[in-house]
Amino acid sequence: MILTLVEHAGGSPEESSLEALTLARELSTATDASLEAVAFGAESAALREELGDYGIETVHRVADDRLDTYAPEAWAESIAQLLDTTDTDAVVAPGTDRGQEVLAHVGAKCDLPMAANCLDVEAGDVYELSRQRWGGSLVEHARLDGDPKLLTAAPHEFSPETVTATAETAVQPFEPSLEESAFRVTVDRVEESGETGVSLGEARVVVGGGRGVGSPEDYDKLETLAESLSGTVGASRAAVNEGWRPHDDQIGQTGTKISPDLYVACGISGAVQHMVGCKGADNILAINTDPEAAIMQKADYAVVGDLHEVVPELNDALANER
Amino acid sequence: MDTVACIKRVPDTGAKITLTDDEQEIDTSHLGFTISPHEECAVEEAIQVADDHDGTATVLSLGSADTEEQLRTGLAMTADEATLLETDGEEWRPRKTAATLADALSDDSDTNPEFDLLLFGNESADVANHQVGVRVAERLDVPFVAGVSDLAIEDWTAVAKRDVTGGTEVYELDLPAAVGVKEGLNLPRYASMRAKMQARKQSIGRQDPVAVEFDGGIEKVRLEAPESTEGAAEVLGEGPDAVPAVVDLLRDDLEVI
Repeated sequence: MILTLVEHAGGSPEESSLEALTLARELSTATDASLEAVAFGAESAALREELGDYGIETVHRVADDRLDTYAPEAWAESIAQLLDTTDTDAVVAPGTDRGQEVLAHVGAKCDLPMAANCLDVEAGDVYELSRQRWGGSLVEHARLDGDPKLLTAAPHEFSPETVTATAETAVQPFEPSLEESAFRVTVDRVEESGETGVSLGEARVVVGGGRGVGSPEDYDKLETLAESLSGTVGASRAAVNEGWRPHDDQIGQTGTKISPDLYVACGISGAVQHMVGCKGADNILAINTDPEAAIMQKADYAVVGDLHEVVPELNDALANER
Repeated sequence: MDTVACIKRVPDTGAKITLTDDEQEIDTSHLGFTISPHEECAVEEAIQVADDHDGTATVLSLGSADTEEQLRTGLAMTADEATLLETDGEEWRPRKTAATLADALSDDSDTNPEFDLLLFGNESADVANHQVGVRVAERLDVPFVAGVSDLAIEDWTAVAKRDVTGGTEVYELDLPAAVGVKEGLNLPRYASMRAKMQARKQSIGRQDPVAVEFDGGIEKVRLEAPESTEGAAEVLGEGPDAVPAVVDLLRDDLEVI
């Protein structure tokens, strides 16, 4: 059996989990193993219909009221107990904070290795795999030996695809035996940001500003451009270090990794660690005064010019387009 | 309150990467080294918490003798102590690294951890395995939260926050506890020249790590630098004169307006 950890919001699977499911399905097809999921919380039973579209045969619904709130150690202990009762070849989790964290706990509890951020996996007694290193700038080819194998799927690297013949998904309750100590780490509360705009990681259009923007006030014109394109604004590490934008806006190896349809990079030189964050973009348009800047070599489209002149003119033109 | 920040020596994260001929390592012959960016924030936080709560801050690393350079950076940032678990420079996988760090962090007499707060970078910049902190915490039986972007100590509780879509998750951990932090948690201080000079004179504790071997595992076969797509940019024009071409692109080709 290939088991996938599915994160969900109110019974609707997260996109990152559907990506992980795609990797898991490749493994199950290659090894003729069943494709199953494990999910937590009262609303996980609602996953039955949607996961059937992705070929899931069984959802192991971990039933314990205390698990309705995320608790990494309790989730991991539950999965460890599920592994004890099933014949599982591999566990695949999404490469999210939760996915990495829970699977690392499973690895520690079961004394198993874990391969993070996998890009491609070939099943066998030992798995031959490739995985991201250096934030995605490097690929490591490696061999993973474990029983079962623990893998996370690199974010934005797998396109969720439904199956042609929808599976009849069964929901199988699983009741782990959990000590109170397994809940010593749990979400105490959630503070809502109050922001209504689209998040950087999910935006279809991102307008990024770097050191070339010059000041926090000059981001206004980037905000206007983003608004015209129904997108959001991001920033390079240099701009964040200058204090012009909050760290939440940072695109890069140690910031947010974006995968928009269009990334407009304004006044950004294109340092390696920035490009790691935007390599998931389908199209990159660079606006930069320096035709020799690294970003101009890596973009799909380029305008050689000062963003302070180009962006306001573009904003006016877009306003006239409406 | 005693804090420990675990750090790793990594090649300069802004550098262009090339590989050695055997594709086993990053060619570091022309690269500088640094502390992973997340871990730099871990050091800063360890110092601030120790200062605010009348304790000591220690930087701890497992690596080659050259890792002394990064530990001295931590000392120059005003950490009180530094310890190196010296290896021959071979790459250690997460289970072995975590077991060795946990051994070093345990009080030999009763296996109690020798810290109140243990800080890791969320993942190392170079290998990005996302698991050493969790595995150390599990071995030491202390609570752990990854992806921490905000941290406060209230009495003997660590209040850790993690960004999620639409808000922030808040966790409350009884100390001793461990966290994996992300860049943005704080703004790491620049060490003054005077502090750097002083750090050169400070002693660094050394321990010979006793490597724990494990069955099975993950074994590197080779590294690969993904193919570059450089040189493909289509120049739409210069300055504001390019705007009509940009609008055409956005409307007709990319269909984002």
